[in-house]
Amino acid sequence: MRFGIAVFPGTWSDRDCAHAVELSGNEAVMLWHKDRDLRGADCVMLPGGFSYGDYLRAGAVARFAPLMEAVVEFTEGGGLAWGICNGFQVLCEAHLLPGALTRNASLQFRCEPSWLRVETDSCAFTASCRVGDVLQIPVSHGEGRYVADEATLDELERDERVVFRYVTPAGLAVGAATPNGSMRDIAGIVNPAHNVLGMMPHPERACEPLLGSADGMRLITSVARSLRRDGALAASTR
Amino acid sequence: MSVISAGAAPPTDAALAEVALSRAEYEAAARLLGREPNHVELGILGALWSEHCSYKTSKPLLRALPTTGAAVLQGPGENAGAVDVGDGFACVFKIESHNHPSAIEPYQGAATGVGGILRDIFTMGARPVALLDSLRFGPLEEPRQRHLFEGVVAGIGGYGNCIGVPTVGGELYFDESYRENCIVNAMCVGVVPSERLTRASARGPGNAVLLVGADTGRDGIHGASFASVQFDDSSEERRPAVQVGNPFLEKCLMEACLELAGDPRIVAMQDLGAAGLCGSAAELAHRGGVGVEIDVARVARREQGMTPYEVMLSESQERMLVVVRPQDVDAVQQVFERWDLHSDVVGRVVAEQRFVVRDGGAAVCDLPLDVLVDGVPQRTAPGPRPERAMTLEHRMWASPWPMEETLLRLLRSPNLGSRRAVFRTYDHQVGDATVVRPGGDAAVVRIPGSVRGLAMCTDGNARYTSLAPRRGAAIAVCEAARNVVATGARPVALTNCLNFGNPEVNDVYWDLHDAIAGIADACTALGVPVVSGNVSLYNESERSRIAPTVVIGMVGVIDDVARHCAAAFASEGDEIAVAGPLAGRLDASELQRLGFGVNAKVAPDLDLDLERRVQSFVGEAIAAGLLHSAHDLAEGGLGVAAAECAIWSGLGLRAEIAELTHPPDGERAPFEAAGILFGEGQSRFLISYAREALVQLQDLAARHSVPLRALGTVGGSRITFSGVLDVSLEAARDAYEEALQPSA
Repeated sequence: MRFGIAVFPGTWSDRDCAHAVELSGNEAVMLWHKDRDLRGADCVMLPGGFSYGDYLRAGAVARFAPLMEAVVEFTEGGGLAWGICNGFQVLCEAHLLPGALTRNASLQFRCEPSWLRVETDSCAFTASCRVGDVLQIPVSHGEGRYVADEATLDELERDERVVFRYVTPAGLAVGAATPNGSMRDIAGIVNPAHNVLGMMPHPERACEPLLGSADGMRLITSVARSLRRDGALAASTR
Repeated sequence: MSVISAGAAPPTDAALAEVALSRAEYEAAARLLGREPNHVELGILGALWSEHCSYKTSKPLLRALPTTGAAVLQGPGENAGAVDVGDGFACVFKIESHNHPSAIEPYQGAATGVGGILRDIFTMGARPVALLDSLRFGPLEEPRQRHLFEGVVAGIGGYGNCIGVPTVGGELYFDESYRENCIVNAMCVGVVPSERLTRASARGPGNAVLLVGADTGRDGIHGASFASVQFDDSSEERRPAVQVGNPFLEKCLMEACLELAGDPRIVAMQDLGAAGLCGSAAELAHRGGVGVEIDVARVARREQGMTPYEVMLSESQERMLVVVRPQDVDAVQQVFERWDLHSDVVGRVVAEQRFVVRDGGAAVCDLPLDVLVDGVPQRTAPGPRPERAMTLEHRMWASPWPMEETLLRLLRSPNLGSRRAVFRTYDHQVGDATVVRPGGDAAVVRIPGSVRGLAMCTDGNARYTSLAPRRGAAIAVCEAARNVVATGARPVALTNCLNFGNPEVNDVYWDLHDAIAGIADACTALGVPVVSGNVSLYNESERSRIAPTVVIGMVGVIDDVARHCAAAFASEGDEIAVAGPLAGRLDASELQRLGFGVNAKVAPDLDLDLERRVQSFVGEAIAAGLLHSAHDLAEGGLGVAAAECAIWSGLGLRAEIAELTHPPDGERAPFEAAGILFGEGQSRFLISYAREALVQLQDLAARHSVPLRALGTVGGSRITFSGVLDVSLEAARDAYEEALQPSA
């Protein structure tokens, strides 16, 4: 499968994402922010970084990039978009996902391991995981505290749109396991159509045991398998 | 032939003070030029003849350092050093100080220090893969020192996290001598396929000089000169001489420059650092044996009404000079435009070795390059070698506390305790290459596209250099090498940052002299060359002077990064041993400082031949797969090292040392328990291994004539030295993690 990786000025996880995708046996193509061309990508990744310096607000400028017009159109047609860290912030700013990511409760940048509990396997990104699985995936951000109003949070839970929650290594959501003070320990959510995922932790940094964890690979594999299955389905019904 | 008419009357003392030139230096300049320099020329001479740019004091001393070796691709003299690390890759690295700006404005001072060292690396065509920072402040309990510490850490994180280069290591010490002058040394390590190494030496008269990146403002004027004078009460007013960083702009500049690295259209690249445009343009031309002409009217500015003097001396950040052939200007500018970077042709290379500045038409500066770059009269010793005061005291130091309490106090000390509070605010994983994260002896970063890894660390203990500059500096080199060896790496080269007081003071000059000799001693013994470095002098105020502070940045290579060795214990039941001698005394130790508030008598002994043998033993033992862990014994000695291995792994230990319970007859005093547990003897590692490996290890140790002393075993949930010390792992971890927390 082909993963398109967005490159805004200030993006820095683009090469890490490409490395992880290639390691999974899939193809990675870079998508330049000034182009509207998704280069035939099956899934668009919006990687971490400080797009446009995050000068106004994290992700606030990137949503106006020509590339983002193409991404919005792509997701409206059911295409998969996967925002990681700054990419999550961009998706919220672009209103593809509800809520916002604010300054960490600690008021400090945090780069450390975190443990994510899979809350739903009903989206392409976790299709190969089981609900309750605990994945070790690191965080690295200064503005990752997920906030939304109560009604939105209730809706997210009701519609199984909370994909990941920060937990202890044993899988318990205890608040203290959340590195940024996110509401309801939310680490990742999807849109109503379940084809747009935003998550703060960095799965692309957890794709090899040598780097401390290979759990992130399960997400890339999930996406690739889902795409293949959907492709096969489409071909068989054609 | 000069187009400038002779200047008017010689400048006043105040005018010379502004550009930090002495009267004698001014007279030397006038003599070399055969005329009085004008106002612009005087400013440019002041900047380039500053200690910061010219190394007028340290240059003759630095010649003592070994700088060559089979792996050296680039020694000192370029933007950074480079070594061949195998598989066709070069590792490019350098350390640099940003002490003076950080003391005035900690966040921006540290941030621009990081920005500056990054530019030095990508200017050479190498992608930065790691940053390290060596920091020193006054006592952490003092509010102003905590403010500086937190500001500097935030500045390092603010820049490094934004630009996306991992900060993987460094060190941090607190000591009274840094109360007025903190130390902020930033090191960057980059990697590049060797054939794409880019140099900063201008060639080809007629070639265009492009200025790329930020517009030029009034920030940082006299930064170089400012770093070359000692602080006084008006230093706070120097805040305008501190630059402001823009990591986002630098990220774009870095990507554009890396896109162009190795491109035949690029003749040379040089970043703008100290002394701004004049420093960079002069170095670029001087290295290439050509001249350069700059037209300040063509320099894009962010402020109105700037004089040629201000434009040339501005230290606005995130700027590069790029030399290209005239026919390639458009194509190269297009690459920068793709990254939304502004670039202008601001000058050209000329054949005659002169440094000419025009403002539109008229020349406002015309100096021979050799006068500008090499003309400064080199300084010699202010006086004969001073006698070192010898302490006659024969006091034998012991701990003022019971052993358990001693260990916990050491673990809680800001100089020894956990650095997690710092490094978790730095992105240390971006790049998908950090194999060993910060917190241990050395970090390990793999080389993308290769199975090799780079181990790296910074080290330097100023307590030792205060007592014995030469031996202390040699220890800094050995300890940095030991940190790298503990990961399974082979040390290949080092960079150094020499932080000292005012070298016009005789004692300071000789401390610097001796410290350089000490680095040379250790480099020669270990076969590790110096490939880059930086000297920061005048780190003193009217009230105090820093301890002589030698910071060594060491880089080593691991042939197969998957086979690196950890510092933490690995498995319950493994055996533990000390490779190297047992320590005996507490002189110059962290415990002596903590318990008695002194740093007294003698620095630890150092036997360079033993050091080399111990390092070879550990290196070979790791390569043979015999070790499960290896940790350098450093500040806090055996007791603290053992506690660290336990805390990091969550596994306790049980050790027995006969000398602790049964001192040899007549040698009671030297074998005080505190000395054995917390003395800081050199040339030692704490290793762990499976029982079956012991015989092979003993053979190997015998072959290297290295003492190997089995201590006990890994396991349980306590740190126990039988009959002497018994602490729960939990209490040790709590103390360790408390070290940098603000006291309630």
